[in-house]
Amino acid sequence: MTRFATLLSTGLLALTASASLSADTGSRLWATGGVTSVGGAAGGGLSPWALLGGYASDEEWGGTLTLSRAATDDYTLSVVGAGVTWNNRIELTLARQTLDLDSLVFTLKNGFGLEEDELVQDVFGLKVRLAGDALYSPWGQWSAGLLHKRNREFTVPDAIGAEDDSGTDIYVGGSKLFFAAVMDRNLLVNATVRGTKANQGGLLGFGGDRNDSYEAMFEGSVGLFVTRQWLVGTEYRQKPDNLGFATEDDWWDVFVAWVPDRRLSITAALVNLGDVATLEDQRGAYLSLQASF
Amino acid sequence: MKHSVIIMVLLPLLVLTGCQSMVESNQQNASLYQQLGERSGIADIVEDLLYRIVEDERINDQFRGIDVRQFHTNLTDQLCELSGGPCTYSGRGMRESHADMNVTDTQFNALAENLILAMEENGIPTGAQNRLIKKLVPLYPQIRNL
Repeated sequence: MTRFATLLSTGLLALTASASLSADTGSRLWATGGVTSVGGAAGGGLSPWALLGGYASDEEWGGTLTLSRAATDDYTLSVVGAGVTWNNRIELTLARQTLDLDSLVFTLKNGFGLEEDELVQDVFGLKVRLAGDALYSPWGQWSAGLLHKRNREFTVPDAIGAEDDSGTDIYVGGSKLFFAAVMDRNLLVNATVRGTKANQGGLLGFGGDRNDSYEAMFEGSVGLFVTRQWLVGTEYRQKPDNLGFATEDDWWDVFVAWVPDRRLSITAALVNLGDVATLEDQRGAYLSLQASF
Repeated sequence: MKHSVIIMVLLPLLVLTGCQSMVESNQQNASLYQQLGERSGIADIVEDLLYRIVEDERINDQFRGIDVRQFHTNLTDQLCELSGGPCTYSGRGMRESHADMNVTDTQFNALAENLILAMEENGIPTGAQNRLIKKLVPLYPQIRNL
């Protein structure tokens, strides 16, 4: 915990310092780049949105750097991510996820004879804005994307029945900001459909003994801009259930994001990941820091 | 423990939001025009907007050579009329006046940003800002010449 706090604060200082160096962060309006999801793509915390990361408008480049952490009862997930966006058209992202197994270490050792204490995965993301603008188009903004995920260590997923150590999610999403929608506040609505074989986002491999084919999953979120700097909302992400050794639950969260200006955002959330790899009812806190340049 | 920390952050924020909303919903009965400070308030906003445009490298080229006084009057009348005030916009149509400007998304966003900042500068409540922007958004395809 202390190590991570140090890492976070050092990282944040470095990020804001580097972001401050470049005065131009792009022209899209504040908070319209969303934040960085656990998979690296711009979105909420759990789900990619149709918005592209950073603030690049149609004649600009932009980028983001992110540090996130979710600490539930028995797990800790850390994500380091980076992304670039060109002309508000194409977003490329990279993310490394590290799941500290904490309590599961004993289950793995006693049940499977495995001596692993963390799972690490890299995610390479591509998102293309197909049509529309979340703010200005009556029908909103529509994007499609790929998230190619690779386990760096497959011993644990293999032992619990996963079929593959890599997989690619494909998704289509729509985002729309409704001005002065609720008590004269702007309301952001996102819906995403994802085709995936990933177990727990891919950290437990891809496909399994129970199911080894792509399934369509629904993800949605709503957020209300209390002011242009404060966004509160909730997210839901449906999940497949491919592994026989433990059931996999859908994820949801309640979040508040603070976007003091374009260069920085801080997101805090209460997350509920349900049952994860035999450990029940994983709830916890999520914190994410993002710098844009 | 970690839950209680988050709740300590979230709860006051939600309560604050609620209070602020109640205060502002009392003002909702006031028309948008009144919330913007009627014609003189709108004229102040437009004046501050013009100062911002002049300073903004992304868009000041597009405004070079305009009759500033006329532009100020026209835009003030336009926002006054849009917000329900007793004014009549007598300038050219949006599509016609922007037809040869090739306004980019970057420039449209820059203007929106400057308008919001000018409203903030003049103490316009968030709700009224959002209501005015909502009325301006339908002009997007005409200004971008789409």
